[in-house]
Amino acid sequence: MNALSNPLLEVDRLAVEFRTRGGTVRALENVSLALAEGETVGLVGESGSGKSVLSFAAMGIQDAAARITAGAIRFAGQDLLAKKGAAMKALRGREMAMIFQNPRVALNPIRQVGRQIEDVLARHTDLLPAARRARAIECLAEVRIPDPERRYAAYPFELSGGMCQRVMIAIALACKPRLLIADEPTTGLDVTTQAAIMRLVRELSAERRMATLLITHDLGMAREYCDRIAVMHAGHIVEVGPTEALFAAPRHPYTERLIAATPVGAASLAELAAIDGNLPDLRRADLPACRFAERCPRRGAECERPLALAPAGASSATHLIACHRPLTAAATEARHAAFA
Amino acid sequence: MIQAILKRLLGAVPAIIGVVIVTFVLTRALPGDPAAYFAGPAGSTEAIEEIRVKLGLDRSLPEQFVSYVGDLVRGDWGNSLTTGQPVLAEIADRLPASLELTLVGLLLAVVVAIPLGVLAATRPGSWIDHLCRGITTAGVSLPTFFTGLLLAYVFYFLLGWAPSPLGRLDPYATAPDFVTGFYLIDSLIAGDLETFASAAKQLILPAITLALFVLAPLARMTRASMLGVLSADFIRTARASGLRPTTVLFTYAFRNALLPVLTTLGMVFSFLLGSNVLVEKVFAWPGIGSFAIEALVASDYAPVQGFVLAMALLYVLLNLLIDVAYGLVDPRARLEA
Repeated sequence: MNALSNPLLEVDRLAVEFRTRGGTVRALENVSLALAEGETVGLVGESGSGKSVLSFAAMGIQDAAARITAGAIRFAGQDLLAKKGAAMKALRGREMAMIFQNPRVALNPIRQVGRQIEDVLARHTDLLPAARRARAIECLAEVRIPDPERRYAAYPFELSGGMCQRVMIAIALACKPRLLIADEPTTGLDVTTQAAIMRLVRELSAERRMATLLITHDLGMAREYCDRIAVMHAGHIVEVGPTEALFAAPRHPYTERLIAATPVGAASLAELAAIDGNLPDLRRADLPACRFAERCPRRGAECERPLALAPAGASSATHLIACHRPLTAAATEARHAAFA
Repeated sequence: MIQAILKRLLGAVPAIIGVVIVTFVLTRALPGDPAAYFAGPAGSTEAIEEIRVKLGLDRSLPEQFVSYVGDLVRGDWGNSLTTGQPVLAEIADRLPASLELTLVGLLLAVVVAIPLGVLAATRPGSWIDHLCRGITTAGVSLPTFFTGLLLAYVFYFLLGWAPSPLGRLDPYATAPDFVTGFYLIDSLIAGDLETFASAAKQLILPAITLALFVLAPLARMTRASMLGVLSADFIRTARASGLRPTTVLFTYAFRNALLPVLTTLGMVFSFLLGSNVLVEKVFAWPGIGSFAIEALVASDYAPVQGFVLAMALLYVLLNLLIDVAYGLVDPRARLEA
């Protein structure tokens, strides 16, 4: 497990399944991840790898078809899975909050944005209406929205995408949560706005010593903003480590391929190395122990054996991988030195 | 806002002019000769000719049209040949009866259909969802004259719970003083509870008949719209903020789901005004629909033209009302001045 002694959020060997007509989708299996206070962790992986399923399960807002079949989620020492609906709802939005992609559709289109902030305040605080309104305007100011008094009465369709994402952040942070889960917060925004939003998230996280889980498929962004990175593939976490160590010397073949498939600087699309194959069908009964095995160039006989996250080497207790045939640190370091 | 409404009303003027022209031409194109009808089967050719001249039907169509439009502008909608009364007065007299019936039917339908649709959407696959599907299927497949007859048969003839389906009041009650023309309201204004009860009893069966008819589209639209909204991203945001389920359901989901329901409401209201004709016949309701049918059978031009014109004006007002309501719910649809 992780070397964190006192994590704020701790996901412990979590398994989530979806019962569908086409069979049971084993969306998460044996997933462990921990976040400490004030830490920003990136969760990266292809679409469909289970990043959002994990974050929704942590928030307790998973789809009705989802079943948590094993494992535990602890938040500040409390067992979230044991909490009844009402207790969980009281925590959600106050202690732990979430922001989403495509902010323009993630806000109620026919309610003034200030009112949407007030709804959260009304739910979680004892503020009287006048104070609530003042606090909502303050929240808008905190996310650097100019002229917050006027913007209070705006509807989402009157604001730009970047402004809407700022409003989302204001809603999420209105009650000063200790954990923020940002699910691809810059998807659907233009590039210049993306940077501004990420800077805002970073500043606010630092100011409040807020733990932040950044879900993204943009490795460049994860590298820039995260202290640690967890790589997901087909419902497994395959590698976790400090950002620099992980980028300098990825040990799991999937991580290595993922980094090679990421555009850096002016590299043209043609130069990027695509990852062969697709995510395996998670409904299959004969899923291999390593779900990457079928796409992996380093596959061997031992890859059939059960697998768990383990330290990548004697010297690196914080760098974990789930691979029987990892790359050696020296080999990848040399390759990446050539890239840089 | 007021300015926007006036603008919308002005915009409806061409449509109204179109309605005036089309109804005039259509009534003239219909088979049947009012002069022959009123001379009776025994009327001689001279008598028919005399009536024709008296009615102005011997003149050319453009001439007739010009005098018709001239009368309209002066507020004269012509006289009914059957009753001899001015058409405008007849319509003003009968329209409240139809409107009262339609509105009460619509209200009943809304009160049942919207909760039903919301419940069905929040519990897909449950018994209430199946009930909703059953009711909507039955509602669309049963024609109003049939449900009307069935209800009258069961509740008046077999069970004797309802009064005889003959008009707006039982024969011993007297109509309340005219204020709105709605007996339910006027009797309350007059403080006459007996008349109110009588009017309500007469109203209940035809109103249920109409309600059953419009329940289906309303419940179905509410269900579909709620289902769509409940899976929207902003509902997920609301849930992630820990908002109470009632807040999520009503403040967030329902208000958004209301928009297509409002559109449907406007549409079924128009259907209702049309299908009223049959229900009014079944329950001998002295409304505008039965009036128009009788006039049409008699080739009585003026009431038919008056009826269509009144309906057209009503539709214009109705659509405006729906647009204003839409703007109240959805800031994106606010009427621009």
